Parts: sequence; C-alpha cells; structure tokens
Amino acid sequence: MQFGIACCAIEMMAASASNFDIMRFGVIPRATPRQTDVMFVAGTVTLKMASRIKRLYDQMPEPRYIISMGSCANCGGPYWEHGYHVLKGVDRVIPVDVYVPGCPPRPEALLEGIIKLQEKVRKESMIKKSA
Amino acid sequence: MIESHSLPTSYVTQPGAIKTSSGKTLRTDEMIINMGPQHPSTHGVLRLEIVVDGEIIVDVIPHIGYLHRCFEKHCEHMTNYQQVIPYVDRLDYCASMNNDLAFVLAAERMLKIEVPPRVEYIRVIMAELNRIASHLIAIGTYGIDAGAFTPFLYCFTDREKILDLFEMTCGARLLYNYMWIGGLSHDLPPTFVEQAKEFCTYFKPRIKAFNDLLTYNEIFVKRTAHVGVLPKDVAINYASSGPMLRGSGVNWDLRRDDPYSYYDRFEWEVQVGKGEVGTVGDSWDRHIVRMREMEQSVKIVEQALASIPEGNVQAAIPKRIRPDAGAEAYVRTESPRGELGFYLISDGSASPYRIKARSPAFVNLSVLPEISRGAMIADLVLIAGSVDIVLGEVDR
Amino acid sequence: MTPQEILETLSSNFGDAILESKLDVLQPWIRIASHRTKEICFFLRDEDLLTFDYMSCLSGVDYNDGKLGVVYHLASMIHKHKIVLKTHCTKDSPHVQSVAEVWGTANWHEREAYDMYGIVFDGHPDLRRMLLPYDWEGHPLRKDYKVPEFYNGMKVPY
Repeated sequence: MQFGIACCAIEMMAASASNFDIMRFGVIPRATPRQTDVMFVAGTVTLKMASRIKRLYDQMPEPRYIISMGSCANCGGPYWEHGYHVLKGVDRVIPVDVYVPGCPPRPEALLEGIIKLQEKVRKESMIKKSA
Repeated sequence: MIESHSLPTSYVTQPGAIKTSSGKTLRTDEMIINMGPQHPSTHGVLRLEIVVDGEIIVDVIPHIGYLHRCFEKHCEHMTNYQQVIPYVDRLDYCASMNNDLAFVLAAERMLKIEVPPRVEYIRVIMAELNRIASHLIAIGTYGIDAGAFTPFLYCFTDREKILDLFEMTCGARLLYNYMWIGGLSHDLPPTFVEQAKEFCTYFKPRIKAFNDLLTYNEIFVKRTAHVGVLPKDVAINYASSGPMLRGSGVNWDLRRDDPYSYYDRFEWEVQVGKGEVGTVGDSWDRHIVRMREMEQSVKIVEQALASIPEGNVQAAIPKRIRPDAGAEAYVRTESPRGELGFYLISDGSASPYRIKARSPAFVNLSVLPEISRGAMIADLVLIAGSVDIVLGEVDR
Repeated sequence: MTPQEILETLSSNFGDAILESKLDVLQPWIRIASHRTKEICFFLRDEDLLTFDYMSCLSGVDYNDGKLGVVYHLASMIHKHKIVLKTHCTKDSPHVQSVAEVWGTANWHEREAYDMYGIVFDGHPDLRRMLLPYDWEGHPLRKDYKVPEFYNGMKVPY
C-alpha cells in the first residue's frame, strides 16, 4: 500500500512511473490496506498521524511487511532535534522490516529496498514466526 | 420505485423525506463520510469530513495538521539564517526552488543585500523550470483523480528531464538547498545552457500532446466543467492566489503586479480562465491556466538562457548574518500554487526571531467548503485536486 | 495612497484607536487597539480610496516581554498599495477582536494563531485548534513553551 505522506511520496510516485517502474519487481499499488502485503511509509510521521498508521497496520492481513522510506520515517529525519510534533521514527509504533535511507531517497534506492525485502522474505522460514 | 432526478447540472435535494411512487415515505438523514488521512485522492494526509444528503454534499470540513512538522519553531532554534533554507525546501516539496527564492528574497530585503545579475537570471531559470515540474505533477495526479492513468506517466517522464538538469547543477532531485542568501550554492555546469535549450525545444510540442490527451478529452471536460465554480469576489475575499485566482477570471500575477527579481525583463503573458467549456472559475479553467502557464514558463526560460551574463554567483556578505534589531520584511512571490510569502522578524542576533510562512495551499484550501456545496462526492475529488494542495505547505 | 495618507485617514476616523506607527522603515506599520480591529478593518476594506480587499497574511508574534501580538499584512488589488497593521495583547489576557467577517481568509489564519500562541479571537465563529491534535496541551510557538515528554504514550523528544 502506498502511504505517501510527504516529500518521499513524490519520489515514490516517480519510482512507479515509467523511468524507474517498480511494477516490474512485482509491486502493484493498492489503495486499501486490507489487500496488501507491504506498506511503504514514505514521509514524516507526526504524532497526530501515528495512531492512524497503527490502525492501518492492524488492518493489513498477515504476512505483512513494512518498508520505512526516507530519514523522517527512519528516525525523525531533519526534525529530530526540535520537532515537538514529529514522531522520531515510525518504528516507535509499528515494527519495520527494511529502512531505506535518504532525504528523499532516490527511486533506485527504493528499488534496492524492495529487492532487500524480497531477499528477506525468501530467507524466512514458514515455521518460525517473525515478530 | 424511487423518483429519479433529471438534470445533472442542478442537483436537487429533498431533505427529510422522499415520497415514493407507491405512496410510502422514506425518511432520509444526512450522513457523515470520512475521507480519511490515508486516501489515494487527497494528495497527501488530508482528512475531509463530508456531510452528505444521499450523494450530494451539504458541507465539507477539512481537518489538517497531519503533517505539521513544526517549521516555525524549528527556525527559531537555528543558529544561522542559511540553516533555515533546507527546511524551507521541505514546505512545498514539489516546487522547492520557488520556496528557496521566496525566503532568500525576504532575507536579502531585510539585510539590504544586492545580488549580481547572473544570480538573478539563474534564479529565474530555476524557478520557472521548477514551476513546469510542479505543474506536471499537478496535471499528472489530476488525471489519475479523473481516472486517466496515461497522462501521469507522460508527465513524470518529462519531469525526469527537468530533474536531470537540476541534479546536474546542485546534486539533488527534489529538495535542492540551491539558492543561498546572497547568491547560489553552485554555479551552472558548462553543459547546462545547451541541455536546457534542448529541453525547451523538446517540451513545447509535448504541451500539445497533453492537451490532446487530457485537457480536451470529452470525458475529462464533462467531469470538470461547471464543477467547483469559484466566483471572483469570493476568490478575492478568501485571498486565493495562483491558478485558483486566475482561473476565476482575475488578472493578477505577482510576477507582474508586485515585481521581484528580473521578471520584468522578459516578455510573457498572464493566463486567465475564460470559461471556455464551462463556467468561469470551474475546475477546467484552473487546469487550463496551469497548462498555459507551462507554455509561458518555457518562453521565459528560453529568453533567460539566451541572455545570461557572466559573473559571480555569490555576493559579498558578512560571515555572520546579523540583521538590525527590530528589522522586519514580508516578501511575497508567485509560486506554482499561488502567493508564497515569508514574514521575517529579527531581534538583532544571528538566529531568526520569528519566521512565518504564508503558504498558498493553506489559504486556497480554506475555500474548499464554499465551492463544493451542492456537488457530488465524485466531484469533490476533482475539486480538491484542482486546488492543487501540497500538505507540507498546508501544515508546515 | 502613501502610508502617510493612510495613517492620516485612519487617525481622522478612529482617533484614539490608532496607537503607534512607524513609517520610515522598509515596510511601514500602524499599531491599532486590539478591541476595535473589526471596525477599522471594515473601514479599510470598504472605503473607496483604500479598498484593502486582499489580506495576504495574519501572523501571531510573541514579543518576549509578556506581550503577544498579531500582525496583518493587507494589500489592495485595485490601488496596488500595501500596509501592515499590528496589535498587541498581554499573555495573561490575550484577547483580540476577530476580523473573520471582514475577510473570509482570516478564519483559518486566526485559528492557527490561536493554536500556536493561544490568542483568543473574540467573535470568531469556530475557534478550535487547527494544526495540532485537538487534545494537545500548550501553545508551542510561545517563547516559554516546554516540549512535553509523552503524548498519548509516544515519546516526544528524541
């Protein structure tokens, strides 16, 4: 599910456009969380938005994975020091599988993040449940 | 069987009770639908609380603040005015050069700094190229709102060529930190002028392609004409600006009417909506104003490229930028969304005392409840898309 | 009209509500009484030679000596002149008369000033928080604001 919040959303849109094209990696955009496996959290997560993100995460069916895109979603980004309304990293409310660094990350970096997630899923065992 | 309403352009509501043809009375109530923060068509994290009677909108209550990143408080902690510029970029992330330009002009006006002519020409070129890139995003996503996927791909392909130019100059694709107080961070690379001229020659026929594909497409016209009409006096009272204001027939553009930088040296025209396929001030008018503005921006870029002077790209400014105590400046510029203004107050130290960003998307969004009463929910998507909001700017 | 003429017109009509002015700076400003902003702004908007029909910006300011202020940037599309109005109120009793009836855009700007500074606009149709969550405590842009440690279970500082 493409959850484009801020500037990283534009790079995510550019990644789904023809120059970079994430669809060739098997990533198809869906608007609703109930039919998705992966959620890209692209952009700054604020405290007002955090409870809604938790709700969206709960609506995703298992197996579900989160890619945190951009520095703001990774750790609060450029607003880490004085942002009183910025959640310092989306991993404070939901568990993240892959972190893509950058501000904003290039579309190629997002593609690398997707490939890393695909490798991680390939190595997962069906019996052992990952948190 | 319920009686059907006939005319699509005047939506008739029957509040309270609908009489069926068999004589029974159906009770109807207003329903509140939430177009929540996560929605593919709200262009970001905007929450619209829609009060509907059936399918017809009675009221829209926008809830914003889901991207409030504390820009104004953050700036007060910065030790330097130059350090504010990366944060200013991130306000309207689709048109980052225009944000830089507005802030830097405000700071230079407060400090009374004159920049070399080469800097002014390059600033105009960058701002206009970014205007084209921003309008391409607006048009591409507006097409998706209406259900057309192909214009989005065409727009983003063309936008990549502009981003290549920017990346060649300052190293970044989206958030540039390029215009600094007193000048620029880097000079243009040697091949920039030639590549930019090539882009202009390539882009002019593309605008005709977009018009054929989307603007004059019968489905698009039927969905956007007469929808979301913003009357002239309401637009001025609500301080709309940019394509919202010009689409309603008001001939007002800050580049010509409150001039800044070197725009008065170039020949270009202000585009105004005339109600060609619908009413003056409807969503189609705002769209065509954006399309025509792109043509005018290409014209400005070509004229500027033909006459860039040589020179420095940095004026001589003190190492510690320290304005006078009590100095204030409010400078407004024409960003792709409208009037972007920065109000700076200084207390004599190197740290800014108060920076207020007057963002066009925030002000344009406040008129949304007025223009969407009586429309249907599907129309609301197109009305909200035609306002062209960027949530980073709305919430700051 | 020049700023001097605007000041003279206002002084002759409102006398004691015009408190202070500074016209020799880059952007001349006039300070008005905070309980009469609405009638002064109606006059500025409707008077033929002034016609300030466009309110560019309304900002709250925290002057550090226990005073809060509101700054209005007005422009006229017909006469192409601009003026800055200021008004002050104290931190203990931060009340300013609302101008939401004069310009529709002031509605949202005043809500934001209330949210960030706690300035109460008397006569505003719907004064509630705009950018911060509705249950947030405190007014962040005040100079003496302390960042809370937790908000709804989430840690706020890094």
